[in-house]
Amino acid sequence: MNLVQYIYGIADNALILGQRLGELCGHGPNLEVDIAMTNIALDLLGQTRSYYQYAAQLSGGDATEDTIAFLRNEREYKSVLLVEQPNTDFAYSIGRQFLYDAFHLLLLQELQHSKDETLAAIAKKSIKEVSYHHRFSSDWVKRLGDGTEESHQRMQTAINDLWTFTDELFHQTDADKSMVSEGIGVDVTTLKAAFFSKITQILEEATLQVPDMKYFQKGGKHGIHSEHMGYLLADLQYMQRTYPDMNW
Amino acid sequence: MSELELEAEFERKIANDQKIEPKDWMPEKYRKTHIRQISQHAHSEIVGMLPEGNWITRAPSLRRKVALLAKVQDEAGHGLYLYSACETLGISREQLYDQLHSGEAKYSSIFNYPTVTWADMGAIGWLVDGAAIINQVPLTATSYGPYARAMVRVCKEESFHQRQGFEIMMTLANGTPEQKAMAQDALNRWWWPSLMMLGPTDAESVHTEQSMKWKLKRKTNDELRQQFVDQTVPQADLIGLTIPDPDLRWNEETKRYDFGEMDWDEFWQVVKGHGPCNKVRMDARRNAWSKGEWVRDAAMAYAEKQEQLETA
Repeated sequence: MNLVQYIYGIADNALILGQRLGELCGHGPNLEVDIAMTNIALDLLGQTRSYYQYAAQLSGGDATEDTIAFLRNEREYKSVLLVEQPNTDFAYSIGRQFLYDAFHLLLLQELQHSKDETLAAIAKKSIKEVSYHHRFSSDWVKRLGDGTEESHQRMQTAINDLWTFTDELFHQTDADKSMVSEGIGVDVTTLKAAFFSKITQILEEATLQVPDMKYFQKGGKHGIHSEHMGYLLADLQYMQRTYPDMNW
Repeated sequence: MSELELEAEFERKIANDQKIEPKDWMPEKYRKTHIRQISQHAHSEIVGMLPEGNWITRAPSLRRKVALLAKVQDEAGHGLYLYSACETLGISREQLYDQLHSGEAKYSSIFNYPTVTWADMGAIGWLVDGAAIINQVPLTATSYGPYARAMVRVCKEESFHQRQGFEIMMTLANGTPEQKAMAQDALNRWWWPSLMMLGPTDAESVHTEQSMKWKLKRKTNDELRQQFVDQTVPQADLIGLTIPDPDLRWNEETKRYDFGEMDWDEFWQVVKGHGPCNKVRMDARRNAWSKGEWVRDAAMAYAEKQEQLETA
């Protein structure tokens, strides 16, 4: 069903990014950052649950938020490659967050006008949270970019390495196209210009170079992920796979 | 006022249950004892994030994952309040971190045990937070104002965590045989370390007498431990789990539970830094701190630049 696939295309991003942020808990550069990153993870997982609960309801049968999260394999996950990228260092975690937040905010601003009332409501609630994420990650890009020589270098490296995953954010799947035609989904191709102009402005403020890149990676939206994804799901799903059909 | 008069005034305040505030005169020993205890408490919150953080990526349902994240976030928040309370005594957070990282300052010995299954998340909430509450509730009335106020907030959240932990254990105990076995195994591993959280026996506790005088402590370690056992045994009975103590029995005369002797050799081994996870925990904290140095430096450099721009 296209609507269910469409929801996965949004919600899987939130889950996988939340999972990555969860890895950092207790290991941040200071207590305040630790709290903020955990907070963002919590918001994203809260959003995931709302979307999955709706998708489960649409799917019927025995589907629940947990069967969707824990029993799909990596070929069924529709998240973009960007969000599954590892926490290589703090600049990568921030760079990944920054690029995703800028996209996420634009997406939700459109999605709140969806003809589908449930999706519109989830988007409306999530905008508040994602505006905060966007402010947090943008501020840190500026701090690191315009901080010390070392932090500038690290932030630039992270942006350069992650840039190759930006184009995929604006690809459309068949489910996307069909939902756009029904006035339910957001046409992500229309967000591209606003995205690049917004992040360019912040990167410049951060005294960073906007990477010049001609070739981009894709595949996540079609379930063809990087080699990171299998490990990430092995962690995420270990309990449900080992002890199936139980209440926790 | 002379030193003697100041001291008399201080004693009078304590006797009248008046709070001592940061700008008030206090004996040097009072200040030092409070730095030691509040910072140990703060460090425990921060190190305590690690054993539970270990299960965030593997929590068995989304609801449990969100609850666990929220709990660990609360702990970081408790760490923040407590460091702030400690800073009112004239020591900086950096100095406190140095003490933790060098091993000069301690943290609760309980966090040196590994979390090996999901059921440990239940056992920690139920037993470890349960023991912490018994220790901490009296501190809401302690004589040092900033500490007492921090504890009011900490205790509220801790009771919530404890209920959450008990609920995890109950769900497992009522679940499949595999889940029940997992819960029993966690109880077996966490029971004695939780009792040890309440500290050495009264005979061996070096700080008790002074702490009772300053109302940092209202009951002795052994009294608190008895209270913990009396409170927890019926909860285990309720969900059909067995306390791993062959000497545990109800005493009709005292109307309390008698219980077996703890392994004090193990207690001292863990306290002295040789428990199963002491090294792993400290390495994780030191690593986070040293790997984060360039981030903190960047934030400082950026703030200085912004300040210069504003004044220019």
